[in-house]
Amino acid sequence: MTAAATIAELTPLLRRGRLRASDLVDASLRAIDARDRELNAFITVTGDQARAEADAADRDAAAGRWRGPLHGIPISIKDLVDVAGLPTTAASRVRAGHVATADAPAVERLRAAGAIIVGKTNLHEFAFGATNEDSAFGPSRNPHDPTRSPGGSSGGSAISVATGMALASLGTDTGGSIRIPAGACGIVGLKPKFGEVPCDGVVPLSHTLDHVGPLTRSVRDAWILYDVLRGAARDPDGWEPRPEPLTLGVPRRYFLERLDPAIDALFAAALDRLQRAGHLIREVDVPHADLIATVYLHTVLADAAAYHAPLLDARGQDYTPAVRLRLEMGRYVLAEDYVRAQQARARLRASVDRALEGVDALALPTLPIPAPPLGAESVQMGDKSEPVRAGMLRLTQLFNVTGHPAISLPMGKTPAGLPGGMQLAGMETPALLEAALVLEPIITTEPIGL
Amino acid sequence: MDIDAWLAAVQADADRRGLPELKPLLATLAAATRALRAGVKAMDADDRRRDNR
Repeated sequence: MTAAATIAELTPLLRRGRLRASDLVDASLRAIDARDRELNAFITVTGDQARAEADAADRDAAAGRWRGPLHGIPISIKDLVDVAGLPTTAASRVRAGHVATADAPAVERLRAAGAIIVGKTNLHEFAFGATNEDSAFGPSRNPHDPTRSPGGSSGGSAISVATGMALASLGTDTGGSIRIPAGACGIVGLKPKFGEVPCDGVVPLSHTLDHVGPLTRSVRDAWILYDVLRGAARDPDGWEPRPEPLTLGVPRRYFLERLDPAIDALFAAALDRLQRAGHLIREVDVPHADLIATVYLHTVLADAAAYHAPLLDARGQDYTPAVRLRLEMGRYVLAEDYVRAQQARARLRASVDRALEGVDALALPTLPIPAPPLGAESVQMGDKSEPVRAGMLRLTQLFNVTGHPAISLPMGKTPAGLPGGMQLAGMETPALLEAALVLEPIITTEPIGL
Repeated sequence: MDIDAWLAAVQADADRRGLPELKPLLATLAAATRALRAGVKAMDADDRRRDNR
C-alpha cells in the first residue's frame, strides 16, 4: 500500500484477489509503528484483533463472500465514538474505566460494509478544541511539520489518513472538527448535512451542532463512506459528471477579510485554475456573518455544559485545565441569550440558503491560516491577532450553525510546505459530493498522503 | 438581565467556587453576549425594513 492509495483504487485489487485485506492491515500497522510515537495519532491500536479480522475477510473473499464497499479496508475511529469492547476515552481522564458495550450505529455500518478497525484516534479532549493539544494522552502532531498542530478535534484521525496508518477515519465535527484537521493535514474531510449520520454512541459536545463524517484521501472515498454511514448505496463509479460548468459562490465579506497571505495566495490560485477550466465564480454575501462566532459560542457552551455539569461537579480536576474552564463558562450562559442565539441561527440558515441560490456550492478556505505551532495562543490573521481557537473555527463553524453539508479538499501547500484546504458547502450532501468530484482534479494538484 | 449585573454576579460566583481563573473568560463571554444582543436587534431591524418594502 502506498501512502497515496485510495479505497476506490484498492478495492478492485481486493476483489480480483491481487491484494489481501491482511496486506492492507499489515501496512497500516507498520505505518503506526513507524510514526505514531512521534505523531501521537492513536490512543488505542487494535493490532491482533485487526489482523484476525483481516484474515477472516480474506477467507470470505476467497469463498466469494464480499461483505460490502469497505471489505478489508483498514479504518480508524475517533476516540469519541463507541467501539464495542474498547474504551471510549474522549481523550479525558474523566472517562477512565469506560468500556463500550456496543458499537455506535455509525461504526456498526462501517463494519457491516466490511471495514476493519485498526484503532481509536487521539482528539482534543471531549472534542472541545481545534488544535488537539489538550488531551489526557498528550498532543498530536502535524505530519507535515511535527512542531505544529494537526488541527482538531479529529486530529488523530487526519494524521492516520495522511500517513497511511488507515485508509479512512471516522470523525466528528461540531464547529469544524473534521474539516479543520483535514485542511491542516492535506486530506479530504466531509461534514454531511445535519442529522444524516446518526450521532448515537458518540460522546456529545452539542446535540444541535454535532455531526459524524469521514476523513479520506479522495472525494470518491468520502462518497463511499458517506453512503455507508447514511445507510444508502449509490455507487460513485456509476455516476457521470454533468458536462456544463459549475458556478461557485465566493463569500468575500467577513470570510476572506482575514486570511494569512499564504492561504490567500493558495485560494486565489485555486479559483484561477477553476475559472480557467471553465467554471464560473460569483461573489455572494452572507448577511450578518459577523454574528456567526457569538451564535456558535452561546450554543456550544450551553449545550456542552448541559452534558458535562454532573461530571464537572464530580470530577472537575480530571479535565485538562483549558477544557474545564470553557465548560464551566457554559454553565453561566443565560437562557434568554441561548434563545437569542437559536433565533439568530435560523436567520443565518436562511442567509446561507439565499447565498446558495443560483450557485452549485459556496467556496472558501477551510482554515484562514496554515497549521499553527503547538503552544501558540494567538495567530495573526490579516492585520489582527486572534486567539488560536477563534481563528481556526472562523470559516467552518457557520455550517454547523446552519447544518449545511461542507467538505474540505486540499488546495496545495504554502511555501513553508504546509497544506491549505478549500471548503465547499452546499444544500444537499449528494449534490455537494458530485460538485466536489468534478472540481477535485482542479483544486487538488498534489498527491494526498505522506 | 443586564449584562454588567450578570457579569458581576457570575464573577463573584466563580470566586466563591474557587475558580478565579474563570473570571477573564466570563468577561470575554460578556463581550460576546453584548455582540449577540446587538446583532439580534440589527437582524430584527433588517427584517422590519424588508417587511415594510
